[in-house]
Amino acid sequence: MPNTLYDKIWNDHLVDLQDDGTALLFVDRHLVHEVTSPQAFEGLRNSNRKVRHPNLTLAVADHNVPTTDRSKGISDKESKIQVETLEANCKEFGIKLFGMNDKRQGIVHVTGPEQGFTQPGTVIVCGDSHTATHGAFGSLAFGIGTSEVEHVLATQTLVQKKAKNFRVNVNGKLPLGVTSKDVILQIIGKIGTAGGTGCVIEYAGDLIRSLSVEQRMTICNMTIEGGARAGLIAPDEKIFKYLKDRPMSPKDKDWDKAMEYWKNLKTDEGAKFDKEIDLQAEEILPMITWGTSPQDVITIDEKVPNPQNEKDEDRKNSLERSLNYMGLKPNMAAKDIKIDKVFIGSCTNGRIEDLREAAKILKDKKIAAHVHAMVVPGSGLVKEQAEQEGLDKIFVNSGFEWREPGCSMCLAMNADKLKPQERCASTSNRNFEGRQGRGGRTHLVSPGMAAAAAISGNLDDVRKYQN
Amino acid sequence: MQKFNTLKSIPAYLPIVNIDTDMIIPKQFLKTIKRTGLGKNLFFEMRYDDQGKEIRDFILNQNPFNNSKILIAGKNFGCGSSREHAPWALLDFGITCVISSSFADIFYSNCFKNGILPIVLEEEKIKELSEYANRKEEISVDLNKNKIVYGNNEIKFDVDKFKKKCLLEGLDDIALSLKKSEKIKNFEKDLKNQKPWIFND
Repeated sequence: MPNTLYDKIWNDHLVDLQDDGTALLFVDRHLVHEVTSPQAFEGLRNSNRKVRHPNLTLAVADHNVPTTDRSKGISDKESKIQVETLEANCKEFGIKLFGMNDKRQGIVHVTGPEQGFTQPGTVIVCGDSHTATHGAFGSLAFGIGTSEVEHVLATQTLVQKKAKNFRVNVNGKLPLGVTSKDVILQIIGKIGTAGGTGCVIEYAGDLIRSLSVEQRMTICNMTIEGGARAGLIAPDEKIFKYLKDRPMSPKDKDWDKAMEYWKNLKTDEGAKFDKEIDLQAEEILPMITWGTSPQDVITIDEKVPNPQNEKDEDRKNSLERSLNYMGLKPNMAAKDIKIDKVFIGSCTNGRIEDLREAAKILKDKKIAAHVHAMVVPGSGLVKEQAEQEGLDKIFVNSGFEWREPGCSMCLAMNADKLKPQERCASTSNRNFEGRQGRGGRTHLVSPGMAAAAAISGNLDDVRKYQN
Repeated sequence: MQKFNTLKSIPAYLPIVNIDTDMIIPKQFLKTIKRTGLGKNLFFEMRYDDQGKEIRDFILNQNPFNNSKILIAGKNFGCGSSREHAPWALLDFGITCVISSSFADIFYSNCFKNGILPIVLEEEKIKELSEYANRKEEISVDLNKNKIVYGNNEIKFDVDKFKKKCLLEGLDDIALSLKKSEKIKNFEKDLKNQKPWIFND
């Protein structure tokens, strides 16, 4: 019987399958960060259990770390305790950790691929919903809760039930100024935030294959915003080239053996999908979110919706609530939305290509006087690479702040946050109420669109600034 | 883990769709290294004003709903982040059963690890049950019999058999999986032969 890529990875990791369909799945790679792991390590200690495979586990502090001068450590007491707890736990259980002052430190989903820890055909988990990012390499990667983190630490397995197969085909070519961020926002707008619930999404089609490795990561990253736990893309030459000679990639004979396996990782002709949708790339335009759910998308040329046009009472109430929170009027043009802040970074858009895309727009331009803008590279290595290319100077000259790597204002656990009613054009992944700070208002956009918004002082069309 | 068997309570009704885990427990409370003590911060931003005073209009600030053990909410409950702090906060507040027409996957599985029963029902049934919240009348949930009893009516609900057993008996997942140690060892042995690069050593 023909199988999907997800079926194949699933079957290849079955340790045990009960009659009721409950499976015990082997986990090849486990990423750990400071926020969702302390209680898991505590659980291990309380039950006198060990970490089964410390060398299949990689830890990095990212959510709480300051993005300004780190020489004095972390000033917030609780954040400091959490980061120190991770350090102590990694030492006690023998887990490799990239500390705050290691240049390999970064957002866990940027660091994993960079180090070659992320590999095709593997099962990768992390106590973080954006683990879906790693699916860009053709791995089955998904977020788990802390109890499951403890389970993986203790057993290197996870209790799971098989999800449904959902394929999203994107064909054609993207218009100028349109990026993979716009593609995934469009997909979420189309399927809704619960559209992928219970499914694993495979992204396919010639547009997807034409994307770079990093652009694919942006798409897989936001799969969770469409409700699916994992999104994946069949690996190809681009992926293999990216992984060759990374510090934790297979070497020598192992590399050849791995390549033999990786090359066959694709969905068989005629494999059955429970759900399937098609998008045409030419029809996708630069997108923004106007509301408080990632499905609240419109193009930059459109207007904010009017709840009066909604017949469904629940939907109407939800629109009103969102508009009220966002401080927007019905039918307002997207381009009339004035912004206070710009955030470029996160596991969605904090990699080198994202920074290049934004810098290209900002070169020789100044940001609007009333806008406060910052760039937070996804990792120390991204930061170093950007500095070698002189991107930091372009950002600083235009008026952006150039920060140290971490999750930063994507979720505002550190000092970087919005004040009440402040409005931000952000390259991150969630525009939930309070996500970037209590009362803060988030508009999700691509890096180029964030740069355009910074220059104009309002949400604007990136194509205006493209040469 | 605490066992779940039967539960009787006046339900609280929160008619909002897409309640995300940032709403359930905002990030500033994720800095804890403990599982307990999060109940006072449950739904923090909807529950307290800028001065930290309780907002009267919010359902869980009102008697008797401040003692509700059952929460009825709009569809796609628990979407967003994987933070287990969300079920920990609900549990610490005293809520051990959430009823919605749909749940986000990670939140749904996190509930079962903490003795919380998430129940999926059709919208129509949710509306019916919400009337009991409005009238401040008790409903009861019987996991063993897969049913909710309200007034003279009852509704059956579905729950995965394995998950149900774990909840009813308060079973520790890890201990169960460790009973399969031999199978894990055999799997690892094969893996070392077939995909030697996985082990990184």
